Amino acid sequence: MLEGIGARHPQARPGAALALRGLDLKLATGEQVAVIGPSGAGKTTLMQLLACALAPSAGHLGLDGRSPWNLPRRELQALRGRLFLAPQLPPLPPRQRVVTAVLAGRLPAMGLLASLRALVYPDDIPAAFAALERFDLGDKLFERVDRLSGGERQRVGLARALLAPAKLWLLDEPLASLDPARSRQAIGVLSQQARARGITLVATLHQIDTALSSFPRIIGLRDGALAFDLPAAQVTPALLARLYEQHEQELHGQPAPEDDPAPDTSAPVIMQCR
Amino acid sequence: MSEPACPPYRLPPPQRQSRRQGWGFAALLLGLVGASLYTLDLRLSEFLSRDAAARMGAFVAEFFPPEHAPAFLHKVLLGAWETLAMSGLGTLLAALAGLTLALPAARLHAHDRARWRGPTRLLLNALRSIPELVWAALLLVSAGLGPFAGTLALALHTSGVLGRLFAEALENAPRGPAEALRVQGVDETRILLYATLPQLLPQLLSYTLYRWENNIRAASVLGVVGAGGLGQLLAFHLGLFHMPRTATILIAMLLLVALVDGLSWLSRRSMTR
Amino acid sequence: MSALATAAPRRDPAFAARLSWSAGTLLLLWPLLVATEFRPWLLFDPDSLRVSGNFLAGFWPPAHEANFLLLVARETWRTVAMATAGVTLGLLIAAPLALLATGTLSISALGGRMAPLPAALRQLVRALLVLLRSVPELIWALVFVRVVGLGPTSGVLAIGLSYGGMLGKVYAEILESGETQAATALLRNGCGRLQAFCYGLLPASAAELSSYTVYRWECAIRSSVVLGFVGAGGLGQLLDSSVKMFAGAEVATMLLVFVALVALADRASAWLRQALG
Repeated sequence: MLEGIGARHPQARPGAALALRGLDLKLATGEQVAVIGPSGAGKTTLMQLLACALAPSAGHLGLDGRSPWNLPRRELQALRGRLFLAPQLPPLPPRQRVVTAVLAGRLPAMGLLASLRALVYPDDIPAAFAALERFDLGDKLFERVDRLSGGERQRVGLARALLAPAKLWLLDEPLASLDPARSRQAIGVLSQQARARGITLVATLHQIDTALSSFPRIIGLRDGALAFDLPAAQVTPALLARLYEQHEQELHGQPAPEDDPAPDTSAPVIMQCR
Repeated sequence: MSEPACPPYRLPPPQRQSRRQGWGFAALLLGLVGASLYTLDLRLSEFLSRDAAARMGAFVAEFFPPEHAPAFLHKVLLGAWETLAMSGLGTLLAALAGLTLALPAARLHAHDRARWRGPTRLLLNALRSIPELVWAALLLVSAGLGPFAGTLALALHTSGVLGRLFAEALENAPRGPAEALRVQGVDETRILLYATLPQLLPQLLSYTLYRWENNIRAASVLGVVGAGGLGQLLAFHLGLFHMPRTATILIAMLLLVALVDGLSWLSRRSMTR
Repeated sequence: MSALATAAPRRDPAFAARLSWSAGTLLLLWPLLVATEFRPWLLFDPDSLRVSGNFLAGFWPPAHEANFLLLVARETWRTVAMATAGVTLGLLIAAPLALLATGTLSISALGGRMAPLPAALRQLVRALLVLLRSVPELIWALVFVRVVGLGPTSGVLAIGLSYGGMLGKVYAEILESGETQAATALLRNGCGRLQAFCYGLLPASAAELSSYTVYRWECAIRSSVVLGFVGAGGLGQLLDSSVKMFAGAEVATMLLVFVALVALADRASAWLRQALG
């Protein structure tokens, strides 16, 4: 439950304009919500806020009736273990194997010793296999992550959600690298699993038709403010056109190029006297 | 027609400034070089006379032919093995120590307070500023003569170098996987093991292997102060003016260095494939 | 749901291979420990502890009598001077050799492939450079001390020869990579090699060349301390004699001075390289 929230984009310089302004939002347990809007509307910032990855610059954030940023650290960490954020770029270490990368989703529920043991020998191969099988990736179980294609990596990132001990799934552009058939399959799996386990699902999407067909509630964001918050049936083409004014190509399914700052992978200079 | 910015025979101010700076630098450098040559009392003229050249020639001729008696070659082989072991074990210990020191010396994420960063970096700088030979000379006091002191000296110096390199690699690692786990509330140790180190391991190994190439050269000469290996053998025979044996030992050193360079290059290449 | 009805795998296929690699590596460790006489418990042997304890206890306070500090200052200057003179000598050796070795100034290569004789000459020069740099400078210094006697001359010659090889090789590489069209164009138009170098290669690579030379100068300072241990004078020789006499206070002062010197040289080198580049 966000009230009057304001926040800056995670990579913005301090003093920059707020990415989200005066946002009021309430989510019930078990709901499935799609967040749509043109790029720069603040969707990623909203996801980061809900995931307690970003502290609000203004306003109040409440999860399960408690304010996470006022909690002692241990409880905040425990709270974080109950949510799962899937960023747009699947956060998988390149040379790790898929089985370890997927099982890492369970780390909040594992003790330190068990985690160390799992590095040496994966502890629950059948569970990882089952999760990957839902996305048609069962045969890639022991492959290295960097040997997979972009779409396969995205699906591995989603399979991680199935193993996480989370009650809130926050998926940032989960279908970005997937073709239409795979997108349908992925969304189907995710919403079915969320419904079965009573998990709240929030996803930001650029694929408007998928959003309208698969999600009962649609939130539209534009320029950091709430444009509309309606059941899917009440979202008219006129509303959509107004939402995506001046960003028409995104309305028709071509998302704007992502401008994540490239990670600084410059190798440190080896200064040696030889 | 407008006036030119400056009279035609002079450079515009920024270039004039940089030219003046250039001359200033050149003067500074020449001054340093001149002062060095003057104060050192080099007897180069003595060195360049014909007489000296003849003596040098005779001296060089004493190196040939290199000694090849099997008994001595066996000793050289043992010395080479000792040197190789010194460099290998020293580098290995340094990699472990370097990784341990790199963790407090790196700011692992944007909100990391990194309280130990300053002191640890100071320690790492001190460790790597002191050359291996100086460390060896100091460690001979407690470790005695022999390769143990040499191994420790290499380990100490190299842990400073590798610690700094590892810390910078940790700070520059791509943050995506670590951030995802951090959002889930996983503690920093497991984030390191599951997200950061798996990405960095090839790079860290590559630095370690590259450093091994340097350490084999250092290990060869550490023996000159008594730290074992080929260096100790060399200092011994050179002191007794056994030139052919010195020549053999020198050749063995060069071969050993070439061997380790080759091994290191092959390993690094097989890791990137 | 996929049509693949394979059973879920139960075992990690890579585990056996990983286990045998790890075991093999650990097994290799044992001969290394034996060969290096690695006995860390020797450090904690009571006699050894007493000796090192006394030595370390002498570190505080570091020696600070005026005439000792003056001696240290003078020897530090001699170390820096030895490094500077050595790098200058190395530069004088490296510059002509690099020009000889670089293929960019090859006239026969203008018409396609380099002719065999010039190519062989270039390879020979490169081999000479590799030889010069392969021999550690400590060895050069040991040999020169026998010939020239104790003192900074042997150190300067040792640094000069080995750094000449290093500088020469890197100069040749810098000259070959980077912008070579200017020099090639000049050669094509009939200029001499030295003219092509001065007007074509030097302006483009001057920054990189000087930056590397300054970096080498910084390394040379550390080298000249090391060379002092075999009789080349300077801070190293003073340090050697103090350690042999177990004079902890003097060693402490000199170590501090040395670390400060290295930090200063590092700063100076960074400033110079930034100004030149």
